Amino acid sequence: MQRSGTLYTLGFAAAVCLVCSALVCGAAVALKSRQELNVVIDRQEKILSVSGLVALDEAVAAAELQRRFDDNIVMRVVDLATGEYAPNEDELLAAEYDMVEGAKDEETSVQAPANRARVKRLPKYAVVPQVINDGKPDMLILPVWGQGLWSVLYGYIALDKDCTTVRGLTFYEHEETPGLGGEVDNPNWKALWPGRKVFDNDGKPAIRLVKGRAGSVEEAPHAVDALSGATITSRGVENLLNFWLSEHGYGPYLERFRETGS
Amino acid sequence: MALLGKQERDALWDPVFNNNPIALQVLGICSALAVTTQLKTALVMCIALTAVTGFSNLSVSFVRNSTPHAIRIIVQMTIIASLVIVVDQVLKAYVFNVWQQLSVFVGLIITNCIVLGRAEGFALQNPPLLSFLDGIGNGAGYSAILLGAAVLREFFGSGRLYGHQILPLVTDGGWYVPNGLMLLSPAAFFIIGFFIWGLRTWKPEQVEVD
Repeated sequence: MQRSGTLYTLGFAAAVCLVCSALVCGAAVALKSRQELNVVIDRQEKILSVSGLVALDEAVAAAELQRRFDDNIVMRVVDLATGEYAPNEDELLAAEYDMVEGAKDEETSVQAPANRARVKRLPKYAVVPQVINDGKPDMLILPVWGQGLWSVLYGYIALDKDCTTVRGLTFYEHEETPGLGGEVDNPNWKALWPGRKVFDNDGKPAIRLVKGRAGSVEEAPHAVDALSGATITSRGVENLLNFWLSEHGYGPYLERFRETGS
Repeated sequence: MALLGKQERDALWDPVFNNNPIALQVLGICSALAVTTQLKTALVMCIALTAVTGFSNLSVSFVRNSTPHAIRIIVQMTIIASLVIVVDQVLKAYVFNVWQQLSVFVGLIITNCIVLGRAEGFALQNPPLLSFLDGIGNGAGYSAILLGAAVLREFFGSGRLYGHQILPLVTDGGWYVPNGLMLLSPAAFFIIGFFIWGLRTWKPEQVEVD
């Protein structure tokens, strides 16, 4: 066979590309529904875990996760600037609006003021899952993100209906050093959070991560142990929480919620 | 092993000890540093890489007689890249948590020197079955080093094996103070260095002549 002609070479390259792209497309299409399901389950698991509906070391089957999620969680869409629920809430939820994606789009976001969490753009609308108890919101699960050492940390902080007491904190995506900054995933460290108060008496965000032992909730209502060997990740967690709880983040919403209870 | 002749057996076993891609050829170190902090991620990475080397060798060898010489490298890269994407998709669908931890390193199998090295150095001259076995053998050689490093790093770095707590940590009220160095990339360098030392003491013919 003639193996060096230009036409043969082009034909061979085209054939290889065709076969390879068929393979890649086939895999992507065949596995797509499973992958999307994984993403949804993962997000639901993190929401349930931060609200304490799934214990930190509990392994739960997908069907049970789904059941607990449907029974307890309601998704709400909040206009961050006004603190009101978005008028087109149902529409956004039906379209599976994602606030992280929303923050990247010029149309659905605004420039964030300079902040230490190094958040560049804020979405106009935030998706806030609520834990419902007796038909009333019992817990607010606020999505937050901000710069750590190597990466942006994405997570949730669960606040009690008093809008001040922490019920849980979890990060669902980050690339911090395993064993150091990566210890934000350590169940023992996460267990330090419930009961802390995110606002001081003047209503200012007041969370601090301190070197050494911060002590019990009574001794140090606003402080949590920093992660050892991970000063910058710890500072990142402190900055991102204080930024999102400020008047630029969920401040207006929390203030309105505290007055009206819904 | 009666099914395989001597040549096939050598293709499969040689890369594990006699011609280990990491220890002798010192290829593919980058991912060996990155994914060995935990045994579980290392295991999934090893399976992924072994599958890719095996099937890329098979495919490259399959078309070796009709591949135009001038574009052979780009043809190999296309095949390898496609296989890596498929593996990435499969991991995302079936072991989502591990996929999240491995993140970019699965994609980086494309640039892993072992894969292209075996395609160019072996599969181009040998028939498909032999090439496939060579690919699997090299994957196994890579895996042997990675799993060894991962066991040591996870055990001494966090007192765990495959996610199960073996040594009770001081932070949990136990007695073991984890060795933080084990969790940093340089630890993998030291461990792989010791492996190479050990292997070359056992098989002095692997020592390079100055």
